[in-house]
Amino acid sequence: MKKKTFLNVIKNSVTCLISLVMFVPILLIFINSLKDKYESSSMSISLPKSIHLENYATVINEGKLIESFSNSMMYSVVSIILGIIVTTMAAYVISRNKTKLNKFMYFFIVLGLAMPINFVTLMKVMQFTHLLNTRLGICLLYAAVKIPFSVFVIYGFIGTIPKDIDEAGIIDGSGPLTLFFKIIMPLLKPVIVTVGILNFLDAWNEFVLPLYFLNSTSKWPMTLAVYNFFGQFASSWNLVCADIVLTSLPVIIIYLIGQKYIVAGMTSGSVKG
Amino acid sequence: MEYMKIMKNNSYQSKTYPFYFLVGALVLYLMLFVIPGVMGIYYSFTDWNSYSDKINFIGLQNFKTIFFSTTGDRYMFYIFNTLKFTVVTTILKTALALMLALLVNEGIKFKNLHRAIIFMPAILSMLVTGLIFKSILNPETGLLNEFLKAIHLGGLAQQWLVDLKLAFGSIMAVDIWKGLGYIMTIMLSGLQSIDKSYYEAADIDGGNYFKKFRYITYPLMLPTIAVTLVLNLLYGLKVFDAVYVLTNGGPGDATDVMYTVIFRQFSNGMYGLGTTMSTILFVIMVFVGFFVIKLLNKEEVDM
Repeated sequence: MKKKTFLNVIKNSVTCLISLVMFVPILLIFINSLKDKYESSSMSISLPKSIHLENYATVINEGKLIESFSNSMMYSVVSIILGIIVTTMAAYVISRNKTKLNKFMYFFIVLGLAMPINFVTLMKVMQFTHLLNTRLGICLLYAAVKIPFSVFVIYGFIGTIPKDIDEAGIIDGSGPLTLFFKIIMPLLKPVIVTVGILNFLDAWNEFVLPLYFLNSTSKWPMTLAVYNFFGQFASSWNLVCADIVLTSLPVIIIYLIGQKYIVAGMTSGSVKG
Repeated sequence: MEYMKIMKNNSYQSKTYPFYFLVGALVLYLMLFVIPGVMGIYYSFTDWNSYSDKINFIGLQNFKTIFFSTTGDRYMFYIFNTLKFTVVTTILKTALALMLALLVNEGIKFKNLHRAIIFMPAILSMLVTGLIFKSILNPETGLLNEFLKAIHLGGLAQQWLVDLKLAFGSIMAVDIWKGLGYIMTIMLSGLQSIDKSYYEAADIDGGNYFKKFRYITYPLMLPTIAVTLVLNLLYGLKVFDAVYVLTNGGPGDATDVMYTVIFRQFSNGMYGLGTTMSTILFVIMVFVGFFVIKLLNKEEVDM
């Protein structure tokens, strides 16, 4: 018994240590976002002598955060809505009508999970379709890169909805579109929330696609804007930290609210049972 | 009769579940994902660049430059770096995440709080993570060196991201810091799906902790471990952001990986070479991906 308590003490201490290693870097940023320029230059973990909330106001004005915040919001929300509509429709038909063609389509789309993006030729396609350096182009790109993952997860969920429901709808005389949007869509709510949250996090954090395909700063999302801000204000760590906090705040809030869905979604497909 | 029934059934199926439902997803996926990939194969045989409007077919020249280059860019070294990053982070993340999952699975106070904190870095942007660690790993003012000095281990203080020998290791460490919680969470759900009665039976038989791990936990966790291996593998081969933000390939080109080189070639207008590099990555990953999907689908059937 004594041995067990001793072991538990060790287990608890090691866990605390690891949590500390994970948490301190995040705490460091928050603490330094409240310091003045001089105090933050050493980027130490000591508490600020006085609280400088005005850092946040400075960052919002200097870093044009309102603009980049609205850009990020628009890219994330539009791409999610578009992505959810096309992927639920596709996954539904693939799952319900298992023809040879549809089975191939599933394999073909999910293969995208492993495919790297060829940014160089993608630029040519974007040029050709006049999507280069446009907001619409970025929304479509964000939606496109998430298609394999979304189809994979949603397909798995649709299998759990009994087919009798469809038949009842057909007997009531509804066409395929009415059946899908009025009857099936509401039943997919749990998986839509999960996929929606995960894709929102990814879209919000994304910066490689805009780095390649958006050259005007006014269209940049928050991530690229914070990187650019870091380049300009590298000596003012207090401001950089405040900018980082504001950029990360939306994802942290969503994480705190939707933790259950995030964990479920991130582990779905990888562990079954 | 039988034939008629099948016909009727088929037309019912395709009427209720029409193919045009797939069109939206297919168009986006083909246009922005598949076509650029396939086009890349074609352009990798050309001298496409931003200095000339004419694109000439040059056969295997780009591949020769990449595989047998003796001057200038060390392409094989960048491919080697990418593979090194993939193998090292995959092994370490898998091993550490499994240990961590076993640790926080039970017998820990504030279990959920710990899990939430350890998972937290996974939701941050790699760009933000990179900036945080640029500060922490700063040789003069960084928290890590300050901490080492404070506990009288100042001798261990290093030029983490600047030293030629350490930079790549530092990048991998940051990436592990960020990705560990995610893999741990997957491992945890794997652990929790193991039937408790196996352990109870082992207790009755007097099995110790290591025997239980060897004969129960490990074999039953193998499918989960396989999946995390695959996830890490695919992630590692595609690595870009961690390197780009922390060192941008430097010092010199010591930490360059395939995607950072592609980005540089893209910026310099060397499209032909860039797309060749992408094509090589594409071939490697489609090959890996094929087996991945086979594996994932097999699991679905098994369960």
